[in-house]
Amino acid sequence: MPLLEVNNLEVCFGLRSGAVKALRDVSFTLERGERLGVVGESGAGKSVLGFSIINLLSRPGHISAGNVNFEGKDLASLAPEELRSIRGNRISMIFQDPMMTLNPVLTIGVQMVECLQAHRQISTSDAKRIALKRLQQVQIPSAEKRLDQYPHELSGGMRQRIVIAIGLLLDPDIIIADEPTTALDVTIQAEIMDLMLNLCEQNNVALILITHDLGVVSQVTQRMLVMYAGRIIEQGPTKEIINDAQHPYTQGLMNALPQMAIPGQKLNQIKGTMPPLQNIPTGCSFNPRCEYVMDICTKKLPPFTQSGNCLVACHMVADSQHGPQQEKLRSEEV
Amino acid sequence: MIAFFVKRFFQAVVVMFVISLISFSIQDNLGDPLRELVGQAVSEEERQTMRDEMGLNDPFLVQYLRFAKKAVQGDLGNSYFFKKPAFEVIMKKLPATLELVFGATIIIVLFSVPIGVYSAIHPEKWFSKTVMGLSIVGISIPVFLTAIGLIYLFAIELNWLPSYGRGETTSVMGFWETGLLSADGLRHLILPSFTLASIMLPLFIRLIRAEMMEVLQSEYVKFAWAKGISPRRIYFVHALKNTMLPVITVGGVQIGTMVAYTILTETVFQWPGMGFLFLEAVNRVDTPLIVAYLIVVGAIFVVTNTLVDLIYGLVNPTVNLAGKK
Amino acid sequence: MADSTQQMEQQPTTLQRFKASHFWHSFRIDRVAQLSFIVFLIYALLAIFASVIAPFDPYDASQIDIMNSEIPPSWEEGGEEGFLLGTDAQGRDMLSTILYGTRVSLMIGLCAVALQALLGIVIGLTAGYIGGRVDSLLMRIADIQLSFSTLMVAIIVLAVFQATFGTELYQQLAMIMLILVIGIAEWPQYARTIRASVLAEKKKEYVDAARVMGFGRLRIMFRHILPNTLSPILVISTVQIANAIISEASLSFLGLGMPVSQPSLGSLISSGFEYIFSGAWWITVIPGVVLVVLVLVMNLLGDWMRDVLNPKLYKG
Repeated sequence: MPLLEVNNLEVCFGLRSGAVKALRDVSFTLERGERLGVVGESGAGKSVLGFSIINLLSRPGHISAGNVNFEGKDLASLAPEELRSIRGNRISMIFQDPMMTLNPVLTIGVQMVECLQAHRQISTSDAKRIALKRLQQVQIPSAEKRLDQYPHELSGGMRQRIVIAIGLLLDPDIIIADEPTTALDVTIQAEIMDLMLNLCEQNNVALILITHDLGVVSQVTQRMLVMYAGRIIEQGPTKEIINDAQHPYTQGLMNALPQMAIPGQKLNQIKGTMPPLQNIPTGCSFNPRCEYVMDICTKKLPPFTQSGNCLVACHMVADSQHGPQQEKLRSEEV
Repeated sequence: MIAFFVKRFFQAVVVMFVISLISFSIQDNLGDPLRELVGQAVSEEERQTMRDEMGLNDPFLVQYLRFAKKAVQGDLGNSYFFKKPAFEVIMKKLPATLELVFGATIIIVLFSVPIGVYSAIHPEKWFSKTVMGLSIVGISIPVFLTAIGLIYLFAIELNWLPSYGRGETTSVMGFWETGLLSADGLRHLILPSFTLASIMLPLFIRLIRAEMMEVLQSEYVKFAWAKGISPRRIYFVHALKNTMLPVITVGGVQIGTMVAYTILTETVFQWPGMGFLFLEAVNRVDTPLIVAYLIVVGAIFVVTNTLVDLIYGLVNPTVNLAGKK
Repeated sequence: MADSTQQMEQQPTTLQRFKASHFWHSFRIDRVAQLSFIVFLIYALLAIFASVIAPFDPYDASQIDIMNSEIPPSWEEGGEEGFLLGTDAQGRDMLSTILYGTRVSLMIGLCAVALQALLGIVIGLTAGYIGGRVDSLLMRIADIQLSFSTLMVAIIVLAVFQATFGTELYQQLAMIMLILVIGIAEWPQYARTIRASVLAEKKKEYVDAARVMGFGRLRIMFRHILPNTLSPILVISTVQIANAIISEASLSFLGLGMPVSQPSLGSLISSGFEYIFSGAWWITVIPGVVLVVLVLVMNLLGDWMRDVLNPKLYKG
């Protein structure tokens, strides 16, 4: 049984102009100790996916269909108090901007101790000892001193180390990291990423790494999901996708990497922009930007097709696997 | 800490200097001290010699310094009406005003924090919507109408509470006449306190609600949820502390308004405080008393603003009390 | 003729743009805003046409008969049909006095806010556009001005003025003094908000474009930046009119505002206060209700506009 299983997850944002679906039909699994990358352009629904796993969507967002199975419980329909006992304890999160994540009026010590005491019956001095150990694990210099300091006294990189230390406090099964290095200086980014990778390996923690950086994904993760306009369009082992992307969008992302460009020439951008969520085209949502667009792409949603170890949602891939005939049959079933 | 007080002290000196200048110009221009002393039946020549003797023909600066020197010693001249030192007259009325402000402050804090926090956490509930509706009505009613309404309802119609005066007072430590120690004194305090609180209460409820709602949207509150902290702790430790920072700042600014409104409240309730006395002094053109009032009110400003800054510095760790930001 | 038709053709575009705007749409779906606006219009009309509508002229001593004093409203026992809302202690018709009082209150409110806006906009634009030392000096002054409450400043200034020049001269100048004091004391509200908007607008490209095209500073400020700060000005003004009316009423209540011979709503309430204990409630209550409804309507409109236009107002 996988550690985490997400089935047909759908997230809606009820706005005055009508409901907007930020996630549609998202399904994937995560094994114990596995590292999974979630990539896509901004607005593709990566962060929403991260937050919806622990059901922490801010109003007016809510999970409107599907489930999130973790240890035999459906997190999407769990009572608030039970959900609370899982958040920060079994599944913890690391946010994007460390400058905004820590409460400015509470000391680092208070913010660490409260997390331990929220989940365990533990004395403050014991909690402080654990907090100190974690701070040392994330390689913070003179850790003892930090417990009594306020966030504004620390640099961005230092704060993100502390957020990671808070994430590790209770030996969680899963860490969801939402662009954990985007807001940091380039020089510190690699340091923090290495630290996270090491800690996850040492403690056998599963990691869901949300990022738009394909380089990081290829270094850190074992499997990856590619998201576009609220949907997963391709998922599978990271190596396979990086080396041989099936979906035209994923191919476009790979080709857009600076190292793929021929020196002296323009970068290979994917033409056009991602559609706004209120206004997603029928059929394959990528069809207006796709080089290989076919008639069927504008009419019918592509189903997931197995290709190697990957699952790809593209008519072209489906055609080459099963032939158009079979595809027709499948669509009638749906 | 020492740097903070030094900086504050200089600010206080500047403010008091400005107030003393204003006060002195009032004294200089308002009424003729000679008329108060000798009446009309003295010839012009005699007046001139008297003016010279009293130093009234000295240059402005000399006169101001003389005034300031006396003022520092607490000597602001005799009240024309009470024939007693103006400073003494004012200080005798100070406890009544401070107790009124104190009562109003307690009411404001007691009501605005829970109501503001609740309606920020549950903005959709009917209670929150009713509070928001009522608060805008509250803002729209001038304080003297609130006073008249309360008097009409609770003093005339229901006859539950007294409508004027301070009631029974007891002397504490020889100089402080307090109404807080007797049931009668407390009963007299209720209506004026609620009246004075009624201007600030809707303002603070709306302010706390708005700030709290903003804080609840912040990343650090979201992170606290992700840590699995209990809702109670998130609302009252994580959110409330950050909410109170701007509220304290606004509260500091509002102290001035509060002092101004004591004049109105005391007038309606004939509360024997400084505000009521000030208005009487204005009507009697009792210059030394007007000046004494201005200086005491200025001092209250300086002291309360220092206190507010101090509290703000204690609550907000990013403010270094030494003055660095 | 051809010109006018052309203009006629052009005008609807502005009107149509207004009709299609978010502003107009939210007004159409918001009952409270509509009602508030209608009530405000009624007040404005009553104030403008007070001398036409009012059955008596309360400023004309020959129309006042002391024998008619303290007649209750016509629907009460002892009321007279000639005096719809009764009479006050001097025998003046309440309806007429309230109509004239509303006019005085509204006039002081509007003029005072116009003065505040003028001062605040000029100072705010200067501070924001020039920046540097000028900016920090002006804003420091604004801080100090704000920490002394308007009412406090007004009470002291008016009290000193009254004591210096005597009650008689003061009564003649009361209206101008009230407008000046309330107008001058509240400029920082505008100045701070305008300055914040200017700082935000200054970064935008069109200001650079205007400068590149060689327009002068003044022209850039008034023709280009000012129109973009209109929505915060509109929101502040609505609330400030409400505040100014309350301030005026409070000062009049203390006897530092409009004299009884030329009463505003505040001085009417004040003059009726003595009689509330003897049962003549209408002298206080009716102008009180008129005042509260006027202020409430302005506050509701201001609140609604704040929600719709959502300008970045200066906090604190």
